[in-house]
Amino acid sequence: MYFEKIVEIIRDQLGLEEDVKIEKETSLMKDLEVDSLDAVEVIMKIEDEFDIEIPDEDINTFKNLGDIADYVGNKKG
Amino acid sequence: MKRRVVVTGLGCVTPVGVGWKDYWDALLSGKNGIGLITHFDTTEFPVKIAGEVDDSTFSDLIEKKDSRRMSRFTQFAIISSKMAVEDSGLDLEKIDPERFGVIMGSGIGGMDTLEEQHRVMLERGPKRVSPNFIPMMISNIAAGQISMMLNAKGPNFTTVTACASSTNAIGEAFRTVARGDADIVISGGAEAAITPLSIAGFSSMKALSTRNDDPERASRPFDKDRDGFVMGEGGAMLIMEELEHALARGAKIYAEMVGFGAASDAYHITAPHPEGKGAQKAMELAIKDAGITPDDVDYINAHGTSTYYNDMLETLAINNTFKDHAKKLCVSSTKSMTGHLLGAAGAAEAIAAILAIYDDKVPPTMNCFDPDEKCDLDYVPLKFKEKKVKYALSNSLGFGGHNATIAFGKYHK
Repeated sequence: MYFEKIVEIIRDQLGLEEDVKIEKETSLMKDLEVDSLDAVEVIMKIEDEFDIEIPDEDINTFKNLGDIADYVGNKKG
Repeated sequence: MKRRVVVTGLGCVTPVGVGWKDYWDALLSGKNGIGLITHFDTTEFPVKIAGEVDDSTFSDLIEKKDSRRMSRFTQFAIISSKMAVEDSGLDLEKIDPERFGVIMGSGIGGMDTLEEQHRVMLERGPKRVSPNFIPMMISNIAAGQISMMLNAKGPNFTTVTACASSTNAIGEAFRTVARGDADIVISGGAEAAITPLSIAGFSSMKALSTRNDDPERASRPFDKDRDGFVMGEGGAMLIMEELEHALARGAKIYAEMVGFGAASDAYHITAPHPEGKGAQKAMELAIKDAGITPDDVDYINAHGTSTYYNDMLETLAINNTFKDHAKKLCVSSTKSMTGHLLGAAGAAEAIAAILAIYDDKVPPTMNCFDPDEKCDLDYVPLKFKEKKVKYALSNSLGFGGHNATIAFGKYHK
């Protein structure tokens, strides 16, 4: 359920149409060609949505959206 | 030798029309774009009226994925630019991108984004401020965004001279093409300052009309009952092209740009020079630059804001510049219909001056029912006029004492 919500945030934030495929293996920067500004904004929205704080050093460990969803899951415990 | 510069494409988003044809029809028919402000709640505000651009008239002209990182003024700039390029028939694949520049004016930039993000910071702390805030807000970003959309790799900058911003921009575009630094420059301006902070600020200056009960008659340049300007918003862009380049591709030519003059009052932060000296100098320089005499000018699209001092002193400047001929030429303020587009005003009004030449029609000054006794020119009141227009000027006078005049002429071989 974290993943679905994250996808929703990303679609809304980036103005992506429904035909753009987003999966757990999708990388924000490589596959969706998101620049660093938008990446920061997406992380901020995820922080707001789940009421968590994601330190910069943790952001650097995310390879794809599945990693972010797992991370949020762990934080929310 | 100075290269000749012609205007080959026009695009605009204004409170009275989107696209130059709608805009021009609106101006000739005296359509009014002023109404009650809907962008925000004006309950606490002394000023409740403005010339807003209806979102439904432009929202389908820009995709959400493109617009989401653009302040409103940049969206106006982008849409106007797309329309100008399309209108010009330019094939972007066939032109040299390094000879294609962008010179824009905006007085204020992304005021809407600034206010929104300032609110975020106060309410939720500095860490919640968007990383896109700065690149959305800065005044030069519209020019940057246009360059990316059009792959324009030539000279690119933004002029910020308040209400004269886009007239200065078009002047610099003219110079840039004339001296050979580019073959094409897309130039104009954009502004979206109908925001709470901006309206509050202009309102505190007592610069704005408070004719809230009669919005359509609030912007009344040169009329004795004028009580201030009415804020407008929008964008306007022109394709400025070197003549041989335009001829080689069989481009439609609306008019030739023939002169530019700029001068400063060096007098007061907002009040015009008491004898209109800066405005006079700008007109004299533009006429001299064009290699014509004052008697050759048929039409002036005035700055004509509908403030007490502007209209009186701009009139004085015109009288001093043109002497006897002042009474023979037509002077009109299209702000009577659009409101004051601030940094975009000069470009929107340049389009009006160009189309006056192209169409041999002079747009009216609406709401000029009874001119002030110190306003003694032919303001083309209430109804457009058929008139052969060989040369036309457009004046813009900005806070800070910035005066700029651009001159256009009918194209001939």
